[in-house]
Amino acid sequence: MIAEELPKIAAQEQEDQLQFKHHIFVCSGTACVSAHSDQIQAALEKDIEERGLGHVCSITGGGCRGLCASGPMVSVEPQGILYQGVKVEDSAEILDSLNSQPVKRLECSTEAPFFSRQKKIVLEYAGKLDPERIEAYIAAGGYTALLKVLTEMTPQQVIEQITRSGLRGRGGAGYPTGLKWSTVAKAQGEHKYVICNGDEGDPGAFMDRSVMEDYPFKILEGMTIAAYAVGADQGYVYVRAEYPLAVKRLKAAIRQAQKNNLLGNNIGGTTFNFQIDVRLGAGAFVCGEETALIASIEGKRGTPRPRPPYPAEHGLWGCPTLINNVESYANITPIIRNGTDWYTAIGTEKSKGTKVFSLTGTINNTGLIEVPMGISLREIIFDIGGGIPNGKHFKAVQTGGPSGGCIPEQYLDISVDYDSLLHLGTYMGSGGMIVMDETSCMVDVARYFMEFCMSESCGKCVPCRVGTAQMYDLLNKITKGEASLDDLAMLEELAEMVKSTSLCGLGQGAPTPVQSTLRYFRDEYLAHIVDKVCPAGVCKIYHHAEVFS
Amino acid sequence: MRASSVKTVAVPSDDKRWRLVNATMRRHGSEPDALIETLHTVQEAFGYLDDTALRYVASNLKAPLSRVYGVATFYNFFTLKPQGEHNCVVCLGTACYIKGAPQILESVENLAHIMPGETTPDKKVSLLIARCLGTCGLAPAAVFDGEVAGKLTADDAVHKVQEWMKS
Repeated sequence: MIAEELPKIAAQEQEDQLQFKHHIFVCSGTACVSAHSDQIQAALEKDIEERGLGHVCSITGGGCRGLCASGPMVSVEPQGILYQGVKVEDSAEILDSLNSQPVKRLECSTEAPFFSRQKKIVLEYAGKLDPERIEAYIAAGGYTALLKVLTEMTPQQVIEQITRSGLRGRGGAGYPTGLKWSTVAKAQGEHKYVICNGDEGDPGAFMDRSVMEDYPFKILEGMTIAAYAVGADQGYVYVRAEYPLAVKRLKAAIRQAQKNNLLGNNIGGTTFNFQIDVRLGAGAFVCGEETALIASIEGKRGTPRPRPPYPAEHGLWGCPTLINNVESYANITPIIRNGTDWYTAIGTEKSKGTKVFSLTGTINNTGLIEVPMGISLREIIFDIGGGIPNGKHFKAVQTGGPSGGCIPEQYLDISVDYDSLLHLGTYMGSGGMIVMDETSCMVDVARYFMEFCMSESCGKCVPCRVGTAQMYDLLNKITKGEASLDDLAMLEELAEMVKSTSLCGLGQGAPTPVQSTLRYFRDEYLAHIVDKVCPAGVCKIYHHAEVFS
Repeated sequence: MRASSVKTVAVPSDDKRWRLVNATMRRHGSEPDALIETLHTVQEAFGYLDDTALRYVASNLKAPLSRVYGVATFYNFFTLKPQGEHNCVVCLGTACYIKGAPQILESVENLAHIMPGETTPDKKVSLLIARCLGTCGLAPAAVFDGEVAGKLTADDAVHKVQEWMKS
């Protein structure tokens, strides 16, 4: 492949696509597959064949449309029709309607706020792209960014462009991506590595899974651009083994990219060489931490080590290593293609671009959303999310996974960006957003996250290994109504200690759910301790009087 | 470990599945850093990691058995015990948790008289928990023999497991 060939492949693919009057996409996202979208696809394929429509109608297990709550989703392009809650028996009716009016009873309005209030950069193809064919990706503008970078830009210029875009790490902490790249570029080493952190471990988060499953080529392209910028020759995508479809699609994408000379030696006819391999995680939450992840790629137990030295200087096998999150890499190609001015126009002053969230919990429109930074939580929850079901009231929204906190109702109008969330005692995190109504007990939620951190602690440092267990015991005591105010004081003291003395982010972040719920819902803790009642009715508190009566 | 002093390590049995394991090790140059990838292959082929497999992998990758055992027990994904005929994985992700996953888990525990990570004595049913299945949109969810069931109730789960126990 050389730069001139790319438009030819794109043109050929577009021409091939034009012979079809209709393209049916059946969502192959986890939620839709769980609702049997694979059977729907099989039924449609069978009906298309039986009716002899194979030459006018194509069918693809396409990407996710985000509205998981209404799945399985089926869309018909280029007519732009979206169907929700499709069943196997609807296949014939959908095909009948191809040349007439859409099936009214299944139609899902794409004008609804769920779709119209989003801004898609990472998810730019929004379910209308075949994730398993490189030609489809190229026809949609894929790999133009890589070839532009390789033929028109120096590594320094690439880093400058990423720096100017203001992109910050989407793994949660928000470290400036350009700065990270330039540190690795400056580091001395015979080999350098580029790693994509796809070890999405936060419970209640599935953004990276969706991006890896739907846009594998986009991640590979982003990583290849990064490798060119920092001077790396080998890359790894570290994916959870629990995401078999993501693993399969990434491996298939790597093979196709190699075949088209977009990975491997002399990429795009230039002198640049870069290879990517997939490495499987094995279910250890701590491996999301970069030094633990590196240990895991090296085939060891995933235990973190003190930083500095940072992986940028001393990473995989002691070499300078660039580690970015899946979503960060997915932002690279749009920034290169559309320029920094375009990108910096989206978002707030210090947080540019968009953020993908998995919106779950007690909310009507559960699913995957991408919103511009700076949007308010109220817009996300009540406009896009459609509010709280069953006439219940909003209580809190949890962001940042086990290292994040809960935000109460009075802060719903705050802008969603790295700094405002930090100010509220939580953090952006990788993008889990779990909405809770009055039936959730905040002490129980804190206990849930502490149990998570306690079991996932790698055991290397004492504050995390012992501290989380002690905090869990105290929280357990509180939820059983057996704690005293002294226990609460001890819990607060321990929280501060674990936070300030743990080795890595897992331990340092573990007390956040406790501290955040204490900050906003202290009365609930006191109700458990002093009045021996759980206001939400979640915790089982047995009173002696009841036991003996 | 005596085996590591021998140059070529004999395959534990003539089971053809060892070929898959060998292929993975070869692909990674039989270096210790292939350990996790190799254990994945063993588990995929045999369903779990037994002593024989751990020793064989250790010898072939020239890694101390302590390291192999350490890795196999560190990662939640690996299991050292054979699984039952059927398995039920209850998701305990945040979204599932606040939507009633603990009640689902409890009712399955009470029905089968096993705790997460255990298998019934007749080897019929294994109960497992997942940190998050990523199907938060369908919370609460569980996986029954590889098939995800969303918007689950405790009754549904009990019903499903009861069927397995009767079969």
